[in-house]
Amino acid sequence: MAKVLMKGNEAVGAAAIEAGCRYFFGYPITPQSELPEYMARELPKVGGVFLQAESEIAAINMVYGAAGAGARVMTSSSSPGISLKQEGISYIAGAELPCLIVNMMRGGPGLGSIQPSQTDYFQATRGGGNGDYRVVVLAPSNVQELVDLIIEGFDIADQYRNPVMILGDGMIGQMMEPVEFKKPKQRELPPKDDWITNGTKGKRKPHIINSLYLAPEELEAHNIKLQEKYRKIRENEVKVESYNIEDADVVIAAYGTTARIVKTAISQLEREGYKVGLIRPITLWPYPYDEFKKINPQCKGILTVEMNTGQMLDDVKIAVEGRFPVYFHGRTGGMVPTPNEIIEKVKRIHGGEM
Amino acid sequence: MAIVFEKTKGLTDVQTHYCPGCTHGIIHRLVAEALEELGVLDKAIGVAPVGCSVLAYKYFNCDMHEAAHGRAPAVATGIKRVLPDNFVFTYQGDGDLASIGTAEIVHAAHRGEKISTIFVNNAIYGMTGGQMAPTTLVGQKATTAPFGRDEAHCGKPIRMSELLATIDGAKFVERVTVISPAHVRKAKKAIKECFKVQIEGKGFGIVEVLSTCPTNWGMTPTEALKWLEENMIPYYPLGNFKRPEGVE
Amino acid sequence: MEERITIAGFGGQGVMAIGQLLTYAGMLENKNVSWLPSYGPEMRGGTANCSVVISSEAVGSPVVVNATSAIIMNKPSMDKFEPTIVEGGKLFVNSSLVDRKSNRDDIEVYYIPANEIANELGNMKVANMVMLGAYIEVTKMVSIESILEGFTKVFGEDKAHLIPLNKEALEKGAESVRNQIAATV
Repeated sequence: MAKVLMKGNEAVGAAAIEAGCRYFFGYPITPQSELPEYMARELPKVGGVFLQAESEIAAINMVYGAAGAGARVMTSSSSPGISLKQEGISYIAGAELPCLIVNMMRGGPGLGSIQPSQTDYFQATRGGGNGDYRVVVLAPSNVQELVDLIIEGFDIADQYRNPVMILGDGMIGQMMEPVEFKKPKQRELPPKDDWITNGTKGKRKPHIINSLYLAPEELEAHNIKLQEKYRKIRENEVKVESYNIEDADVVIAAYGTTARIVKTAISQLEREGYKVGLIRPITLWPYPYDEFKKINPQCKGILTVEMNTGQMLDDVKIAVEGRFPVYFHGRTGGMVPTPNEIIEKVKRIHGGEM
Repeated sequence: MAIVFEKTKGLTDVQTHYCPGCTHGIIHRLVAEALEELGVLDKAIGVAPVGCSVLAYKYFNCDMHEAAHGRAPAVATGIKRVLPDNFVFTYQGDGDLASIGTAEIVHAAHRGEKISTIFVNNAIYGMTGGQMAPTTLVGQKATTAPFGRDEAHCGKPIRMSELLATIDGAKFVERVTVISPAHVRKAKKAIKECFKVQIEGKGFGIVEVLSTCPTNWGMTPTEALKWLEENMIPYYPLGNFKRPEGVE
Repeated sequence: MEERITIAGFGGQGVMAIGQLLTYAGMLENKNVSWLPSYGPEMRGGTANCSVVISSEAVGSPVVVNATSAIIMNKPSMDKFEPTIVEGGKLFVNSSLVDRKSNRDDIEVYYIPANEIANELGNMKVANMVMLGAYIEVTKMVSIESILEGFTKVFGEDKAHLIPLNKEALEKGAESVRNQIAATV
């Protein structure tokens, strides 16, 4: 298929439809409203259903119902709306249902701003809802990758019966880039008929979708089963892009659109003769901790760059296990780091000034 | 020997956890019988709430989906939109439907969602131990209204059937009770009529069932039946508020 | 090669649109491209701007901070973006609405009376295309053909009847800037 130029938010919709998603439940919020608008326009054409819910809470619970009924289903929102969805996400994770959730992050806390940010890293990777659960978190850094991860994200959700979150930001949602719709790698997806609620037809025992286990032994067993699933996801689904880390004097860790700005900075630094590496986690959970073991032992430090005040920073510190000093550069509130700011920080680390 | 009564196939053999004298058991049976008699049990998906009937998914002999507190109508919406030919119902209490889930029930009705809701109103939070409900009567004592519900402090109890009957998308609204065999028969008739509204694709339907809570009201079961009749029915009048045009 | 372009003007002047056309044309010519709008309340009546990157390499930051070229449609945008252009960069000014000359002596500046030209063509709405024509003439970043090929992709098939007018606007913009170059040589 030929390349087309698409806005990130619309590309999400096109990719979801391509992936066989036919149900979208959502609520308007800037900067992602082009996505529900796209779905409202396009889903009916393929026999799907777009429904604007009365709230984010209702939307995620509609997703919960639709996923239980066996559908490929999604919702999307931006930061404050994702906060409202946390209850439902916890239930969906607890009941082990597949779905896709898109968060085009904006500035916070509270109502914050509508400009791009990465301030929901903790919420996404640590679980914003109650309980010991995990959501697979995918962080695209360009519109093509956004499309690829949406398509693969539905498969990951189905394979593990787990919610998958696409963690983008206002920038990737609003920007236009060329995209191509490609088939994802083939996965063996388990059948759904042995658990979905679609009526017994008098031929089987009732199916129950549930996250309630009043007996402590039962709930513990359920949690152990969940953890076993999370271990498999950690083993099989880590995605990371790294560049020149075996040889670098300074390694930068950044994800999403911030990583693009970092790449611009690295190109400039290389022209000036600096050896700078990059680790760009594509899965924020599971986090690519092992990638940090490959870093040049003589590396002078790791610089984490984020559009927040230091959240992925915690994972970088966990990954580095004290082997290297870890530094941070962040802008927040909708301010975007510039290549020059990053270049200056790297030079100071390189020169031992930090 | 002719069988004159047997347990409906709509219920499982699991023994319920409901307190002695609680009328949830009767209401479960009526719902299950209606599902069976209307021939929709095999394609029914029930949505259980949070509250006393949180374990309803163990009792109804059809596919069941356990919702978060108040969200059953949203979950049911998701199911029905995916499976428009199936039968989808929610079973909710007064805390669930009339307090934390008011937005969900109002908007499911407003959209004319083709689902059916059984709303069990016993004027108290049973599961959590007798706290004040949005439907607790003025003067009625609850653990969070130890001196009785004070209208000046927290308003009068909410009448959900009257409220929902104002919404165009709600095609069937009726309030019943199950405090006597005659009332039980009327309640069953209402539930079946409500379910038919969904089966015929006419829109949203709800049956509010006034129910007792002897445990949290601090009464014997018979006292509770009497208290309901003397106190709840005057404030929550029984009867049909709405049915599709041309139907009686 | 990496061209980083800022396009700015009033909301309604079509700055987003010519940014998208330029991006689409770049894609058709197999270049790496990105388009990023400013968004939010400022879109409604205030100033609007977008960042376009056209590159032979994968696009790094889609945010244009130091532009290699700027297309400026009104006075507030001139004041805001003129200082951000890199040394040796290019500035395209809609002289119909910007009543001052550039203060920079380290960049190439072109003045195009875009509104007057559009008026002569009988449609004020194509002033943006006049500016885009001037930009393409100087930078040769993409061809006019690619712009026209992308036209219906960006605006929809039902706008195909507007292609001749827009083509003329692009050509008039190019002509205007050619005359200016000829006059200075």
